[in-house]
Amino acid sequence: MQVKVKLFASLRKYLPEGAAGSQATLELPEGATVRDVLKQLQVPEEMARIVMIDGEHCPQLDQPLSEGQTLSIFPPMAGGQGEEDTRSARDCC
Amino acid sequence: MGGWAGRLLRVNLSDGSCTVEPLRMDWARAFIGGRGLGARYFCAEVDPTIDPFSPHNKLIFATGPLTGTSASCGARYMVITKAPLNGTITTSNSGGHWGPALKFAGYDLLIIEGQAQRPVYLLIVDDQVQVRSAEHLWGKGVWETEERIREEVGLPGVRIASIGQAGENLVRFAAIMNDLHRAAGRNGVGAVMGAKRLKAIAVWGTRGVPIARPAEFLAAQWRFRQKLRASPVTGEGLPGFGTAVLVHVINESGALPVKNWQFAHMAPDETGSDAERISGETLKARYTLRNKACFACTIACGRVTRVSEDGRVRHAVLTSPRNWRAAEEGPEYENIWALGADTNVDDMDAVLKASFLCNDYGMDPISFGATLAAAMELYERGYLDDSVTGRPLCFGDADALVAFTEATALRRGFGDQLAEGAKRLCERYGHPELFMGSKGMEFPAYDARAIQGMGLGYATSNRGGCHLKGYSVKAEILGVPEKLNPRTTAGKAALQKKLQDATSSIDASGICLFVSFGAELEDLVPMLAAATGVDYTLEEVIRAGERIFNLERLWLLRAGFTGADDTLPDRLLRAPIPAGPSRGQVNRLHEMLPEYYRLRGWDETGTPTSAKVSELNLEEVFG
Repeated sequence: MQVKVKLFASLRKYLPEGAAGSQATLELPEGATVRDVLKQLQVPEEMARIVMIDGEHCPQLDQPLSEGQTLSIFPPMAGGQGEEDTRSARDCC
Repeated sequence: MGGWAGRLLRVNLSDGSCTVEPLRMDWARAFIGGRGLGARYFCAEVDPTIDPFSPHNKLIFATGPLTGTSASCGARYMVITKAPLNGTITTSNSGGHWGPALKFAGYDLLIIEGQAQRPVYLLIVDDQVQVRSAEHLWGKGVWETEERIREEVGLPGVRIASIGQAGENLVRFAAIMNDLHRAAGRNGVGAVMGAKRLKAIAVWGTRGVPIARPAEFLAAQWRFRQKLRASPVTGEGLPGFGTAVLVHVINESGALPVKNWQFAHMAPDETGSDAERISGETLKARYTLRNKACFACTIACGRVTRVSEDGRVRHAVLTSPRNWRAAEEGPEYENIWALGADTNVDDMDAVLKASFLCNDYGMDPISFGATLAAAMELYERGYLDDSVTGRPLCFGDADALVAFTEATALRRGFGDQLAEGAKRLCERYGHPELFMGSKGMEFPAYDARAIQGMGLGYATSNRGGCHLKGYSVKAEILGVPEKLNPRTTAGKAALQKKLQDATSSIDASGICLFVSFGAELEDLVPMLAAATGVDYTLEEVIRAGERIFNLERLWLLRAGFTGADDTLPDRLLRAPIPAGPSRGQVNRLHEMLPEYYRLRGWDETGTPTSAKVSELNLEEVFG
């Protein structure tokens, strides 16, 4: 089955090669869960703080997914300063 | 005694008198400071039925006992006045460095009364207070005003709060700006300053803040600091991305209002626009130079941004020589929503320019963007045409966004009508149902059909459509401290009451509300106790918050508001969200409001019972 996965903020770096913008379409076996997706993309579980399936909050990582659903995953309030974080302030002002 | 400076400064602009008074310490103890103490003085001194623009209205700048201390995020001051936008009592909060400067000069409160004959500004240097001419500053923007005052007073570290052209022109949602980019933004507090012909207040203080029990305070503020650092939100999320990170979070929840709340999800196949283009991720990748903190802040959610790498000016038609290549601050999530999503302008260059213009003209981007979005809907439905607007005004028009930001602040052309706010605009053209707000103030950036508890918060906020007086998004979407289902109403009445009371306490303390993402109210109590020397308990601090909220409510009822005003627009109550993740949702306010009244100890008309008034020791306030 195919599931659309969207990763935001500091989780963007876990998107597979060639993904456009914030999302990728994954081919998953029937009955695959949110946890399986995290494993496949190597997203640490503790970084998946806000998880939504088609916009509805998903409290359990064991939730099975279905064909055509959209899975949105955010870090804690999109936390985590990426390596690229703050550019030099010398350009400023 | 410590925390409080123990004095207030009263300036009457009608006769030019400046007097220093001892603080009512019984009030300070019961209402803590900031929002609470300011509201206590305001309710004692201002008749709720006056015209907000009359000389009888007062403008109170209030710091809290932790303002100006080393307590993390102790940068805040509040502005309390009767709101020109909607006639409520407003308590508008700002950070930066101005509040601490007022405290260092030795004042907890500054009360402005009367009305000057000619434009003036105030210069406060400790005990020296001067009312100076501001004729040469009238008509200038905030940035130039600050620069010129700093030059002429010759004190490089002086902190300045001022109004831009929007406040001078009595734009009903004009802001008071300080330290260039920080705003007491909502309800039109800047227009009250404009009506008083007070251009700016420059402050320089050298006294510091007395602390009652210094060793205990140092230990308490250190624990507080560590707690904020350890939190993923205040330690990483806000410093890394600022508030703009919410664009995707709220959009994916189906709670991002688009096109004046006709939609709640921005997506190319639904609204013809793309949230990615105005997201926090895009802001960070393309525009952000660095983050920035207010006084004593250890979070640093502020963004220093620049319009575009090559300095192109695509949308701005400017009447003054501003340099858009320079770096400025912002935009916050709310600005991006109002100027971007609500108007369906997914052009970050235009959103940033409009946001910068709002800062310089001194204007609330939330109410401005929401009013423009209402005008766009009026236009698209044929209730307004080019003969009124002077140009096409469709959703998604980035040029219109920038052009009307300037026209509104200057009250030019159709901007003069926008400057009155969305409620008056929609009523004027016979369609009050298109006003998306409560108690006359435009809503901020969260669709209450998709976040039930936020709807109750909007309906019961004492200043009208506002997210900051009970931010249930924190629990319902962000899962702090625990995740609640945003689509259900059970428990939301209790949640709102708890948040509203706690927020009132935090606003009274002088600390930034954002600490509540990483710490609890109980973490604040030891700092309050050690700073003031009053052995506050958690229960007393919560009770003070409840007292403040009820005080504001009692004033509102005397100003003519009733329980019937605790409501939401029909669109939120009856028109289901048409598409996206929250399709089919409406707000079920009727399931929450009666329980909320009961929990508050208010009768079925929304009036605090005499038992509640007496329990909170509020009997003597209104005689």
